[in-house]
Amino acid sequence: MIPGVNGFMYPNEVELQWSVLIVLYPYITGLVAGAFILASLERVFKVEAVRPTYRLALLTALAFLLVAPLPLQLHLGHPERSFEMYLTPHTSSAMAMFGFVYLWYLTVVLLLEIWLEYRAEIVGLAQTTTGIRRLIYRALTLGSYNVSPEARRIDDKVGYAVTVIGIPSAFLLHGYVGFIFGSVKANPWWSSPLMPIVFLFSAMVSGIAAVMVLYVVCSKLRKVPIDMRCLDTIARYLFYTFVIDFTLEMLDLVHRTYEADESFRSLDFMVHTRLWFSQVILQIMLGTLVPLAILAANQLWRFSVGVRKAMYMTAGGLTLIGIFAMRWNVVIGGQLFSKSFLGYTSYKMELVTREGLLSAIALMILPFVIFLVLIKLLPPWQEEKPR
Amino acid sequence: MDFSRRDLFKAGGKLLVLASVGATLEQITGAEPASDAYKMADHWWGMIIDIDHCIGCGNCVRACSRENGVPHGYFRTWVERYQIEEGKQPRVDSPDGAMEGFPPNTRERLKSFFVPKLCNQCAASPCVQVCPVGATFVSPDGVVLVDDTYCLGCRYCVQACPYGCRYLHPQKQTVDKCTLCYHRITKGLTTACCESCPTGARLLVDFKNPKDPVHEILRNNKVEVLKPYMATQAKVYYKNLDGAVR
Repeated sequence: MIPGVNGFMYPNEVELQWSVLIVLYPYITGLVAGAFILASLERVFKVEAVRPTYRLALLTALAFLLVAPLPLQLHLGHPERSFEMYLTPHTSSAMAMFGFVYLWYLTVVLLLEIWLEYRAEIVGLAQTTTGIRRLIYRALTLGSYNVSPEARRIDDKVGYAVTVIGIPSAFLLHGYVGFIFGSVKANPWWSSPLMPIVFLFSAMVSGIAAVMVLYVVCSKLRKVPIDMRCLDTIARYLFYTFVIDFTLEMLDLVHRTYEADESFRSLDFMVHTRLWFSQVILQIMLGTLVPLAILAANQLWRFSVGVRKAMYMTAGGLTLIGIFAMRWNVVIGGQLFSKSFLGYTSYKMELVTREGLLSAIALMILPFVIFLVLIKLLPPWQEEKPR
Repeated sequence: MDFSRRDLFKAGGKLLVLASVGATLEQITGAEPASDAYKMADHWWGMIIDIDHCIGCGNCVRACSRENGVPHGYFRTWVERYQIEEGKQPRVDSPDGAMEGFPPNTRERLKSFFVPKLCNQCAASPCVQVCPVGATFVSPDGVVLVDDTYCLGCRYCVQACPYGCRYLHPQKQTVDKCTLCYHRITKGLTTACCESCPTGARLLVDFKNPKDPVHEILRNNKVEVLKPYMATQAKVYYKNLDGAVR
């Protein structure tokens, strides 16, 4: 008997190939895509109530996007060769497109939109600050100091166009991550045409929840009142996307159960044993049903401001845990059963290795450090100066 | 014999002219190179495995491991033992890939047989499809290979292989797999596993060779590939394969 193995695994399957770092990757890109979609609510769909979170959402997306490739780099056997994906991409590989989608999203969409949004302030700061800060802001102007009303009007128009392009790009960024898993026909836990769309909606759910929680935390830390109209609106959109996400996931579940193909017995056993806690307890109950119930209650009844804040924070926090559990169950769950459907292995997370728990924790802290630097450099608070 | 430096240069010059003329003539006439030279386009490799002939001795696993320096705990080939009781899930084992064979069956009234496994050298290979840099490829003679100077070690191919034939080499940190002993078969030898099999349960075959026994075997026997529903165009065929095998 091999430790950690029940039944029969093909001998090379005993060791899991994709670790917790590969769990982080879809989680992080999901937060990016979701935060961007929330930002676009204000910009493109004219949901004025969420204005206070527009810039916050953009900076959140950037902070997480900058970290997104790091778990992949740490995971590669030869990270020094990763540039080959740009130089000689294999066109039939979903993964090969990652670099291009990532670069497109980072440069054409996010950096450009943030620059256009902040340009007037960057020019102002480049003229009023001193020392290193002045140098940084001067560099950030990219040599353009024209902030005449006409120039700002053009900025706004281009920014709008970029956001419009950005929405399908955000869909592409995360839908494609779903495709990486959904297109593996060898793995019935992954192989599903629903996978990209499930990933997409769960991304929107996690990104909206993350910005909602960040907005409340930032407001508390800055000791400024929370715009409850904004918070209520975000919670409402979180509820809508969550309902779609949950429906899609349940559709997948019902479809698998009803079809009950060859893999079903094996996968069903896995969900009832090794994935019971992470899938049933964390993902479905605590991470989905509880926040959905909280958000639904807020659509039906009007609670006091204090209660609403507490409810939204609870729902947001649980949602973030639930979506992380969902990524875990997809990535790790998909490797726990044998492709012979005759056995199960287990994932033993290491602690202080390249792909261990400490690396994962560091990678989850890093976006917040970047976020702090970004809000210092480009303050997203604009209560006093509406656009 | 007296042989001056001048004579040596003369003789050398003549040889050079002759060789050049020969080479030019060969180019003009399109003459074949030496008959023993290996030409990839002339071959399309695969294997036939006869389940009824496998005795589970593990010779093939040991031979492969030695021939290819397979790291401990990983397998380019392995043997599985199926034990099937009527109406029940099959019990399958492969202790250390059958490196030391199998312990005896402890139960009676079982259908029991051995299934040697290796890379199926699929022509429509999912592992090749997903490689982000094309480091794994099907060679013109039909062998799925990995360029370990190019592989990133992302392991997407390991996930994509339906048969569990790939692993990350712990030292090289690149993906490794059965090469069908490419270094041997291109020299006219058979694979280490086929050569070491005492019962002839494994047979290296060349589908492009009209004289290869594979054609007669395929014509006269019921054969199957593993997981045919994966549609990978596997080139490892099994004779007498039980439907329970995955």
